[in-house]
Amino acid sequence: MDADALLAAVQRTVPEAVAVAAGPGRYLLVPAAAVDGLMLRLRDETELAFASLMDLTGWDLLGMPGAEPGIAVGWWLESPRHRHQVAIRVHLPREAPAVASVAALWPVAGWWEREVYDLLGVHFSGHPDLRRLLLPEDWEGHPLRKDYAYPVAYRGVAHARDGQRFAAPPAAKPKPGGA
Amino acid sequence: MGGTDPDLPDGVHLTAVDDLFAWGKEHSLFYLLFATACCGIELMQTGGPRYDVDRLGMIPRATPRQADLMIIAGTITHKMASRVRTLWEQMTEPRWVVSMGACANSGGPFSKASYSVLNGVDKVIPVDVYIPGCPPRPEALIDGVMVLRERVRRYRTLGLRDRDPQVIAGADDDFGTHPGKA
Ligand code: SF4
Repeated sequence: MDADALLAAVQRTVPEAVAVAAGPGRYLLVPAAAVDGLMLRLRDETELAFASLMDLTGWDLLGMPGAEPGIAVGWWLESPRHRHQVAIRVHLPREAPAVASVAALWPVAGWWEREVYDLLGVHFSGHPDLRRLLLPEDWEGHPLRKDYAYPVAYRGVAHARDGQRFAAPPAAKPKPGGA
Repeated sequence: MGGTDPDLPDGVHLTAVDDLFAWGKEHSLFYLLFATACCGIELMQTGGPRYDVDRLGMIPRATPRQADLMIIAGTITHKMASRVRTLWEQMTEPRWVVSMGACANSGGPFSKASYSVLNGVDKVIPVDVYIPGCPPRPEALIDGVMVLRERVRRYRTLGLRDRDPQVIAGADDDFGTHPGKA
């Protein structure tokens, strides 16, 4: 299936999905509520057959040119049978972002969702064990958020060395190309 | 160590018990096989055939209960810090700590921009010798061990422990200031 036919097939499943051009390719921006049903059909419909979840990640849209502030989550799917791929994306609010978990469809998503939860605070509803993956359980905040405040101390151990005040690194320069 | 009394038979030496112990400890600094980042590669290399610290009596141990020396080889995160502390607490006195590389000394390359890296392992355990470098070469590690052996030799079973850290030559301000450094 070529790219246009593929996008059309996905859009038949989720009419609200919008194809957005990004670099040489396109991704499909879908409403967060549609993710749950969409992912099952992407995996199981014979003409789509996305058996493999290649990546799942998230990022903060704060300060990105041309984007509403929010948290983005992306899924990259591949069908080994049809040799086609698709990128799905949702934009979530910064306050209490939540989206359906796909860990039941692709078990590999379990840890990726934990990572996104850990670093960005996205809640994946239906995840069997949504705990922090990298940082300690009692860590405060989600460090990949661009407005994250660096810790002053963790469990009584000061973060800065020898009383030097610790400053967050300067804000990243906006990248061309937008979200 | 000690002296030879002409009245004693051949091969019999008189020495202070502390001197004898120190001699033994100095020549059998068993180290904990523990590494957390890239400096660990240099630590392994130091134990490998080219540098071969076994010849100095340094045998890696897989448990802190059998180790005299803990070489902090690599980045320590806040999450890891409590584990490092636990390992250190399981070692028996006299125990020694060598901080190897910029990360263990002061957070090194991560000290300014990372939220999760501990800025120096001396925030959680006392350090005897700091070795600069990113990573220090095996020669530097062996140099640091030689400095530590001086300290082991001075150790007295009934005496106050010398806890001032030693900074080996070259540990410069690039890696932050160290407590106890003049
Ligand atoms: S000091 Fe350098 S080589 Fe050693 S652990 Fe840190 S980054 Fe790696």
